[in-house]
Amino acid sequence: MENIRNFCIIAHIDHGKSTLADRLLEFTGTVSKRDAQAQVLDDMDLERERGITIKSHAIQMDYEQDNKKYVLNLIDTPGHVDFSYEVSRSIAACEGALLVVDATQGIQAQTISNLYLAIEHDLEIIPVLNKMDLDNAMPDEVKDQIVDMLGCDEEDILEASGKTGYGVDKILETIVSQVPSPKGDPEAPLQALIFDSVFNPFRGIIAYFRIFNGEIKKGDLVKFVNTGKEYNADEIGVLRLKQEPRKVLRTGDVGYIISGIKTSKEVKVGDTITHVENPCTTIIGGFEDVKPMVFAGIYPTDADDYEELRTAIEKLQLNDASLTFEPESSLALGFGFRCGFLGLLHMEIIQERLDREFDMSVITTMPNVSYRVVTNKKETVEVHNPSGLPEQTYIDHIEEPFIRAQIITRTEYIGPLIKLCLDKRGELKNQVYLTTSRVELTVDMPLGEIVFDFYDKLKSISKGYASFDYHISGYRPAKLVKLDILLNGEPVDALSTLTHQDNAYGLGRRICVKLKDLIPRQQFDIAVQAAIGAKIIARETIKAVRKDVTAKCYGGDITRKRKLLEKQKKGKKRMRQVGNVEVPQQAFLVVLRLND
Amino acid sequence: MPGIYLHIPFCKQKCHYCNFYSLASLKYRDVFVNALLKEMHLRNDYLQGKHIETVYFGGGTPSLLSIDEINRIVIEISTLFHLDSQAEITLEANPDNLSPEYLQALKSRTAINRLSIGVQSFFDDDLRYLHRVHDGNHARKAIEAAKQTGFDNMTIDLIYGIPTLTTEKWGKNLSLFFEYDIPHLSSYALTVEPKTALQVLIDKQKLKPAKEDETLSHFEILLDQARQHGFEQYEISNYALPGFYARHNSAYWLGGHYLGLGPSAHSFNGHSRQWNVKNMKQYIESETVDRIVLEKEVLTKSQQYNEYVMTSLRTIWGCNAEHIQNVFGEEYVISFRQKIHKYVEGQKIVQKGNRFTLTDAGKLFADGIAGDLFVDKG
Ligand SMILES: Nc1nc2c(ncn2[C@@H]2O[C@H](COP(=O)(O)OP(=O)(O)OP(=O)(O)O)[C@@H](O)[C@H]2O)c(=O)[nH]1
Ligand code: SF4
Ligand SMILES: [Mg+2]
Repeated sequence: MENIRNFCIIAHIDHGKSTLADRLLEFTGTVSKRDAQAQVLDDMDLERERGITIKSHAIQMDYEQDNKKYVLNLIDTPGHVDFSYEVSRSIAACEGALLVVDATQGIQAQTISNLYLAIEHDLEIIPVLNKMDLDNAMPDEVKDQIVDMLGCDEEDILEASGKTGYGVDKILETIVSQVPSPKGDPEAPLQALIFDSVFNPFRGIIAYFRIFNGEIKKGDLVKFVNTGKEYNADEIGVLRLKQEPRKVLRTGDVGYIISGIKTSKEVKVGDTITHVENPCTTIIGGFEDVKPMVFAGIYPTDADDYEELRTAIEKLQLNDASLTFEPESSLALGFGFRCGFLGLLHMEIIQERLDREFDMSVITTMPNVSYRVVTNKKETVEVHNPSGLPEQTYIDHIEEPFIRAQIITRTEYIGPLIKLCLDKRGELKNQVYLTTSRVELTVDMPLGEIVFDFYDKLKSISKGYASFDYHISGYRPAKLVKLDILLNGEPVDALSTLTHQDNAYGLGRRICVKLKDLIPRQQFDIAVQAAIGAKIIARETIKAVRKDVTAKCYGGDITRKRKLLEKQKKGKKRMRQVGNVEVPQQAFLVVLRLND
Repeated sequence: MPGIYLHIPFCKQKCHYCNFYSLASLKYRDVFVNALLKEMHLRNDYLQGKHIETVYFGGGTPSLLSIDEINRIVIEISTLFHLDSQAEITLEANPDNLSPEYLQALKSRTAINRLSIGVQSFFDDDLRYLHRVHDGNHARKAIEAAKQTGFDNMTIDLIYGIPTLTTEKWGKNLSLFFEYDIPHLSSYALTVEPKTALQVLIDKQKLKPAKEDETLSHFEILLDQARQHGFEQYEISNYALPGFYARHNSAYWLGGHYLGLGPSAHSFNGHSRQWNVKNMKQYIESETVDRIVLEKEVLTKSQQYNEYVMTSLRTIWGCNAEHIQNVFGEEYVISFRQKIHKYVEGQKIVQKGNRFTLTDAGKLFADGIAGDLFVDKG
């Protein structure tokens, strides 16, 4: 046990966690040259394509120092704010954390929030100044920032480069010397924490756990305390580049268990595994369930695929417990699901995974945050869908979720950034100079205002220099109105949104203009209207097609034209008929495209 | 019906709307002609010994070829293939190339018996908008000279829907055409093809885009005028006096077989289509390596059906349900009849027995209707 070190890598997005992990795996010979590829742990296609980490990835390494053999369990974590719950889970399985800071960027908003998560769990923090190979690295300035934040000595900060491998040896040495080995009683009853689960189409659900006390053997009869379910440990093992079965895992180990679990509900991340006979008496403090804050309807493009869609979403949920769903129906779209997401990136990713991994073409409707409606009778109803709003006459008032945001920026952008926040109905709470040139702003804002384009605007105003982190701080009453969109006079429920009354006119107009762009011309004129209640506040017309014929059709044109028409026909299949209007998928997400 | 198409990929300058493969330099002219002759040798069994009824010099600008070059090509065709003695042999020509001397030589020294002149408009400002080499004067001179030389079988191209082309000017273009007493007209709506200069210039607001309303009214005027002068619209963009349908082009719409020679040229033998590389350097290499670089596509039954519907619907012969039954079978004819019904009701299509043809209103939606009639399976 004293030869085990469990640590995670945490940082702001893109500061180089996964790349640094590559170098650690390479240095310890965990990944052979043959298997080596950039960000090897980002094994989802989507992660590779987008160059970001979405899920935490655990991997075991062997390492020898001073003639002693060590087992190092590394967990690479995502940096994007939508996935911060992945970080908190990983932290719970570790005793130490590499806090990576990009030497050209300095401390950013998620550096701080992830650091606090680690400190809360008493993790040993090893600060690493990364990307030292770059000419624009500012080691002195960033080291000052780190010293200020951590209260450490400047000498404790390791310099490294995930690109060249510089400093990797020193990092490993420091992990061994600084990160405490796991504590716990090997003789005590089994007590292991489930910190992640993945779904494998052939093997079912695989739970990843960390043993805090006792040991587990292949074939043991175990119980998941929270769900009360019992299983045979059909296979247990450690997480190398591939899973490697073992006969026994002991206190301090990180491993996986396959036990014929079929449904996702049976595995709760944060649950404790123990033996059926001689169970542990206490359970490990779990995590709060992650609470999705952004909701949108997901509907099959082809209405017949409803059941298939359910199966697909259920399977995704196995890998991603933060995704929630409940059946709903829409007049415009038929049967589908109201899904809860952690943020817009999460939503985009789910939609893309449905398409890639399950070949499910879906329509995602206008996203919204979760509202609380207080009725005349002072009952509070949580509403995830504007069309689920009670009758106006029963509503006393509506409350919307608020966040507390931390924005870190170079001082020259303070003015425009504060203006941006105020435009988004924000209240400036605090303004602290981290150094003479860097400021941290604390702002309270409605979540509904940052969901859509806040992040992009923040980045463009600050030329990429400002970073942003937030957490939900509570609910506040707000003057919200329901904005409906009508196509040829028919309200399209999937396009309704709740918006602050001061923004309604402007938003209505922009939505109509954008829909005119997104909905192709058809055989007849289409009126696109925005309305509040019975009052029309904006209107555009999509003119009928008057001509759909190509001029030339000779030898070389024939194949090209047939292919084009065949493609158009396929595209049409992906459209939804709403009343007599054919609406393409992306039109339902019009709100996200207002700035395109 | 079998024909040979020759793609002559040279032009003096590129027209803005052009998406044909052609080079604005004559650097490769000699090697190209040699390579073309070589390709004939390599592919002389493609049409399996069938009688060649049409030869078409297209481009590009075939009238940039010298009389000798045209002769070398035609002679090679007649030695390697069975060239019918009555074959229609067309040369596409640009007005500025058609000097009386050149025309005289074409008439007396070559086998060319049909001319297709790329007039596009008789007005200079339209021709400038299109970035053509010639002007209105060239156009008139060329037609007059061609007629004097005795080219009775002739066609010209006219483009409508050009932003500079008012309705009045369009009327003048048409009346000039009819005054010249030419038996055939190809007339196209200006189309902004992707990746052309025209598209870029319109996007950058350097050129005005066409107005849909005007294009439509030009088309109506065209249909009306053509009818009044006894022309038959035998394909959406082609009009002719009886007996003057272009035999070569008709083959494209009637499923005829053809061999396409030259870079980017397409060939079809009933079930597979192939097309040569769109690249002069690679093409001329075929001279030395004995191999033409081409791509090939074997058509599935449903693709053959889709092409049949798409092309036949554009013609005066229309789409024939009996033909569908015989060639493609029960399943196809059922789907066809089911889908076509609403267009007949909506007066976009008229039915005469088993024949279905587009009405004037339907002609504006030929693509949409064809696409709707498509079947989509492998
Ligand atoms: N020059 C240089 N580039 C680096 C270094 N480390 C990472 N990068 C680059 O920085 C970018 C982000 O690297 P990642 O390793 O994916 O960053 P990450 O922190 O894992 O990102 P998320 O998981 O999405 O939060 C990539 O383009 C890397 O190639 C380094 O030490 N030097
Ligand atoms: S003459 Fe014809 S081929 Fe040549 S550039 Fe103009 S349109 Fe294109
Ligand atoms: Mg990463």
